[in-house]
Amino acid sequence: MTTQSHSANVWQPTANIETLKQRAQIIQQIRQFFVSRKVLEVETPSLSQHGVTDLHLENLTAHYRGPGFASGVDLYLQTSPEFAMKRLLAAGSGCIFQLAKAFRDDEFGRQHNPEFTMLEWYRVGFDRALLMNEVADLVKTVLKVPRCDAYTYQQLFLTHLQLDVLTCSFADLTNKLQQIERADIIDLADDKTGLLQVMFAELIEPNIAADVPCFVYHFPAEQASLARLNKDDPRVAERFELYFKGIELANGFDELTNADEQLKRFEHDNVLRVHNGKAAKSIDMRLIAALNAGLPQCSGVALGVDRLIMLALGAKSIEEVIAFPLTRC
Amino acid sequence: MATVSTNEFRGGLKIMLDGEPCAIIENEFVKPGKGQAFNRVKIRKLISGKVLEKTFKSGESVEKAEIMDSELAYLYNDGEFWHFMNNETFEQIAADTKAIGDNQKWLVEQDTCIITLWDGNPIAVTPPNFVELEVTETDPGLKGDTAGTGGKPATLSTGAVVRVPLFIQIGEIIKVDTRSGEYVSRVK
Repeated sequence: MTTQSHSANVWQPTANIETLKQRAQIIQQIRQFFVSRKVLEVETPSLSQHGVTDLHLENLTAHYRGPGFASGVDLYLQTSPEFAMKRLLAAGSGCIFQLAKAFRDDEFGRQHNPEFTMLEWYRVGFDRALLMNEVADLVKTVLKVPRCDAYTYQQLFLTHLQLDVLTCSFADLTNKLQQIERADIIDLADDKTGLLQVMFAELIEPNIAADVPCFVYHFPAEQASLARLNKDDPRVAERFELYFKGIELANGFDELTNADEQLKRFEHDNVLRVHNGKAAKSIDMRLIAALNAGLPQCSGVALGVDRLIMLALGAKSIEEVIAFPLTRC
Repeated sequence: MATVSTNEFRGGLKIMLDGEPCAIIENEFVKPGKGQAFNRVKIRKLISGKVLEKTFKSGESVEKAEIMDSELAYLYNDGEFWHFMNNETFEQIAADTKAIGDNQKWLVEQDTCIITLWDGNPIAVTPPNFVELEVTETDPGLKGDTAGTGGKPATLSTGAVVRVPLFIQIGEIIKVDTRSGEYVSRVK
């Protein structure tokens, strides 16, 4: 970017000022939503001594040296404020919400900026269904939609691809892709879970949530992440996602509160990372200690605020709703 | 073999796919919440002209296509090949029917065309956006009709057929937009 025409306007925001005014109003609307429901606003650090173990999430890193750490310490910019907020919950905070900056390496595109704004909240005593209702209330308020739809992960694959994700094999998936002439997708993943994720993005997401937002819940247990498993059918997890107009808007869990189980999942993540040629990550033992001390039964959700604003304003690209994206920061 | 990573994908980039050079039309980064990131790419195959969508694992590298566009002047057609010349080096290149395709009807001697070369061989010829051609055949129109409504077909010196206003007569030179195949104006 050395040409005259480029350097002439690189100082300017990619979002116009009118959009930024509307953005500010939506942020106010969100705060008001939680204040009226008596949910406490909190702030947790963007920097942490530990990153995440997820196979497909990478932290950006920073380095601190000075008082406290004379020989220096590597710090991870948080991919979400989840761990710190759970430590507050274990310390007795009660219901909390946060409008946080979150950071992810290697993510930049029409719906992605490596630094973005995340709304994350936790409701003590709520189960998955109750939290989904609250997410729907917020989305109806901001996006002025009449209702949200809801389907299980299994239902959607049965309806759109005639596949039962809970019983089918990797070969069943690849056969299906050959049959519908989308064999190109097969190369994107090397196990059933990975293939289901890209099939969902390519073959299901474009066919749902066109008119009203759509919840997808009861993800297969292999995609449980930090969600507890269903009591009656442990093949599925109490996890949900919310989609609207091709945008993945929110991801929520009935939170796993068992410290041993959580530690096992983190260690399993690291096995998968190493298997995929990535470095294992140090596990945040402060979170495990908090879970050991006792996380109250709660459900929590993370919602992409920039994407919510894109949907509210009909923006085609995240750059239209943030002042200075990666290429101008 | 030069390669290019998906992180460098953008509209206009030329890559190899199934042994055929292709141009990227659109590139979208997709990252399912907890899943593998990938690029959803719309591609035009440069030889067949076929447009297709394909996915690439994010971070993957693919072979770059050695594609070069050069501006050459059209000289003549010998019945089998269309000959072009670089006006600075006087180097000549011959393109076959496959490379010329439908564009032969827009080739005017001495007009500068863009010749797309793959490993040095012409695979496509893009005529100038506007060409001026003589009308060789058209029904006599009504004198004094300048509204240009409706129009009539006219055959041009290269064989191209375009719709022209009723006042256009045989022997006149007209300007045509080669991208849409539409009449633009009469050339005085």
